[in-house]
Formats: sequence, structure tokens, C-alpha cells
Amino acid sequence: MSEEDQLDEEEEAEEEEEELSDEQKKEIAKWFLTHAPAGEIQYVAKDVRSLLFDEIVYGMAAAEAFPLYNKAHMVSLPMPNSSGDVLITTFGELSENEYLDPRTAQVAIVDHVKQVCTDVRPATDEELPSSYIEDFRCPLDAEIIKYVGEAYPKGVSAVYCSKGKDVDGPGSDFELAVVISAARHSPQNFCNGSWRSSWKIKFNDEMRTMELTGSLQVGAHYFEEGNVQLDANHECKDSTAFQAPDDCAVSIASIISHHENEYLASIEGSYSNLPDTTFKDLRRKLPVTRTLFPWHNTLQLSLNRDITKELGTGK
Amino acid sequence: MAMEAAMGLMRRIHPKHSDTALSALLNLLPHHSSDLLSQVDQPLQILHDCDSGKEFILCEYNRDADSYRSPWSNKYHPFLEDVNLPSAELRKLEIEANEVFAIYCDQYYEGGISSVYVWEDDDNESFVGCFLIKKDGSKSGQGRRGYLQEGSWDAIHVIEVGPEEDGTSRYCLTSTVMLSLMTDAQSSGTFSLSGSIRRQMNMDLTVADGHLCNMGRMIEEMESKLRNSLNQVYFGKTREMVCTLRPPAELVQLKLPDRDS
Repeated sequence: MSEEDQLDEEEEAEEEEEELSDEQKKEIAKWFLTHAPAGEIQYVAKDVRSLLFDEIVYGMAAAEAFPLYNKAHMVSLPMPNSSGDVLITTFGELSENEYLDPRTAQVAIVDHVKQVCTDVRPATDEELPSSYIEDFRCPLDAEIIKYVGEAYPKGVSAVYCSKGKDVDGPGSDFELAVVISAARHSPQNFCNGSWRSSWKIKFNDEMRTMELTGSLQVGAHYFEEGNVQLDANHECKDSTAFQAPDDCAVSIASIISHHENEYLASIEGSYSNLPDTTFKDLRRKLPVTRTLFPWHNTLQLSLNRDITKELGTGK
Repeated sequence: MAMEAAMGLMRRIHPKHSDTALSALLNLLPHHSSDLLSQVDQPLQILHDCDSGKEFILCEYNRDADSYRSPWSNKYHPFLEDVNLPSAELRKLEIEANEVFAIYCDQYYEGGISSVYVWEDDDNESFVGCFLIKKDGSKSGQGRRGYLQEGSWDAIHVIEVGPEEDGTSRYCLTSTVMLSLMTDAQSSGTFSLSGSIRRQMNMDLTVADGHLCNMGRMIEEMESKLRNSLNQVYFGKTREMVCTLRPPAELVQLKLPDRDS
């Protein structure tokens, strides 16, 4: 091998070796982490970490990806003083690692990457809604707790004030947000899933109406010797009269329950339609002839096909 | 070790993102590119064969450099000089297999594109066949019932046929199905299921009926098994999960008989 050739080869090898920049590696790692299915980010993190082989880059990717994932999945974390679970949502986000739990009027300090709540502190007056808003929020929270307790075996809920938290009396509009998050992780059965609903309720003071918009998201992943995922999404709307706080709470909870029941029924409907309609458009269970394919007689078959084609008698 | 982690990720990332995930892995692990490309199944691509006017499916087995051989005209697209072609005997089998498999595809898929490639194995005593099907079942594609907003089914069957001994041969089949289906209705939003599974099946069969007949029967049996298991096991498990997250009302009432008292 001439010196020149050798040089060329080395250059080529170097080019091939030319590694991704740290920034590119971080972006790839972040992509994998944020695309982890419900309940699987820690497993994805383990694999990503071992592929990167670079703790600094991994650390940067994790620091950016975990908060996004935790909020998108509305992860619930137990608070240390056994005062229940805090939901990680954009509605409750006070800073990168501080999340308001409106029910206990506490602020949870969280470690996003470890997915734990490390500490809690009482929320300050500025962080909490006015007492006028609380008059609406508290009874709604109580109704939602009752509903979630009945409908979701492992559901966690929170009711936030998402707009106008300092409104201190009639005459102004405000908005509450109801978040329901239920997750099941069963890695030993290769199955994970989550149900996330997020409802916004606009209280229109002048029109005396409440407008509800809901966003429902259901996902499930089964991966024993394969990888199959369900994604179901639905947006819905409703409205009702703006009444006294207790009546508002009851009617909002019943609207939410009604729409979520309907949605569950429609998912069930989609599943029952699979075998005979939807899945059939991908592949039939049996051929159009309703008998197994005549492999032993294929010569005849292809002759017939040629004839049908020539005569133009095909379907 | 790296491959294990890479395959672990492919098992978790949503099948609709498998393209992006694979290219990310290829970037991270340039030294494992051939392993990755052979172990990660990707959605099938098609090309138009201008000589026969038909479409054919692309895979590693009909590729030479950046060109792909059409099973219909036996020509590489784009044109390539000094190419590898199957022996006359295998090409005869390949032609027949393509004709028959197209009819099979019609009968089970009511549309779809199929391609079969056959080549000699390294030892010259055995050969390999690759049977491919790609179906677009969406209402804008070939979904006859028109239920699906999106619907794709890609099947890859690679079957090794061992040398004949005492009138029988060993057939080793590896099959992969990748699918995705999505319905969209204003009243119920979007509902989508997607996934991929891969299975193997080995059989010793007498060659009296011919290789094509044996390969075809195995593929037909395998496709039925894969379809059933997707429908019953895989879709069924995701449905069970939804019911666990939020049991249907009847179940709740059974568990809480005195909820209103």
C-alpha cells in the first residue's frame, strides 16, 4: 500500500469516525426520552445512557427531556408528608421544579429525573387563588374526587385556577382546569398505559355561562415479543349555566363524567369494530373465496387469471 | 451490548416513529449499521417498473448499490451494469412465485402490491425466497370498506429452503408484519393502533408438491397466525389496559353496589 493510499484510508476512517457533536447526541437522546411511552421513560433512559456512553451529554439531555415528559404525561408523585399525590402539570408549574398542589395548598419540590417529590412547603398567598375563586374551586375539587374515586381505580385529580386567580368577587371572568390522570404500569406483563383528561371551564360572568372544553388522551403499550400501541385522542365541548358554587361543581362533574363515559364507550366501539370492519380492510381472515388458497393447483389458477384478464371479465 | 440497548429502544418507541428512531440509532452507532439494518424492520418502499408497467417492493434482497431489481422485468431500476441476476432455474421459480403470490395477495388483501425474490444461498445447495406484501387499506387507498383514515400493512416473509434429502427439505420461515390503522370521527376523535411483530416457523416437508406449494402454505399459515395474534392478543391487551385504567360502568356498579345509598 502506497503512503498516499494509506493516508486516504486513514482520512476515510477518520471521516467515518467523525462523531456526532455533543449537541447532536443530546438532541437524539432527548428525542428518545420524550418519545418514551407512558411509564417507560426510566427504561428508555437506561438504554439511551448505555448507548451514549457519555454521562455529561446524557445528563444534559435528561435535564431537558424529563420535565417535558413528566408534564406531558401528567405524572403523579407521592408527597413526602403523606398528604397525597401531586400532579406534574403545566397548570401547577410555578418554576422548573416547583409544582402547586391546590388541594393541600402546598408546593411540591420535585426531582424530575428521579421522578420523585423531595420536599413540600406551604404555598404563599400570592401562589394561591383568591377566596372568591376558592369558593368555586373547592366544591368542584370535592365533586371531582368523588367522581374519580368511582370511575378510576387509580386515578389522581387536581383542580387549578388557570385564569383570573386574583378575581375577588362577581363581575369578572375566570377559568378553572380539571386534570385527571390514571396510569398503570405492569412491566412484568409487558404492558403499560395511561388515561389523561384535561378540562378547562370558562366562567363567563356577564353571560352567566360556563363553557367546558375537554381534551382526552388514552394510550396503551403491549410489547411482549412485539410492539403494539394504542393512541386515542378526543376533544369535546359543552356548556351550562353559571350558578351558585356548589351547583356549578355538581353540574361540571356530571358533564365531565357524561363525556368521559361516552368516550370510553366509543373506544370500546372502535375495538368491537376491528375484526369485521376496520381490520378487514388491511387483510381478510380468509380469502374472498372463503377457502384456503389452492397452492396445489396454482398452475390452473394463473391460467384462469390470464384468461379472465384477456376476456376482461375480472372484477 | 449496544445492540441490546438499541433493540430495547426499538421495542418501546412508537411504531409510527420507527423510521426516525432507526436513523437516530444509525447516527449514534455507525459501527453497527449493518446489524441495525438487518434487525430493525422498516416500512416497505415501492418503485414503478417502467418495463412492465407494474410496481414492485424494495428490500435488501433485490438491491445492488442504489438500484433495485424488479421481479417483473428482471431489470434493475435505475439501470445498473454488471448486475447479479438469479440463475435461470431460480428465475423460473421466481416468475412463477410472483404470479401465484399476486393472486394470493388479491384474494386475502383485495388489493395491495406483492413481490417475490429468490436467490441462491452461499452453499449453492439451498436457496432463499423473500415474499413481500404491501397494502394501503385507507379509504383513499385500497380500503374497500372505507373505514380507515390511515391503514397500512407490510408483510415480510423470508424463507430458507435447505437441500433435499430423501425427498424432503427443511423450510425455515421468518415473518414480520408491520401495521397501522387509524379511524377518525368527530364524535369519537382519533383511534389508532399500530405495531409490529416477528415470528419464526420451521418445517420439514416433502418436496413432491413442489417448493412453491410448501412455501406458500407455510406463509399462509403464518400470516393467519400473525393476524389472529395481533387481533386477539396484542389489540386485546391494549383493550384490557383501557378497561383497567377506567373500567366500564357495569363493572364499577358491580364492585360498588351501594354507591348511591
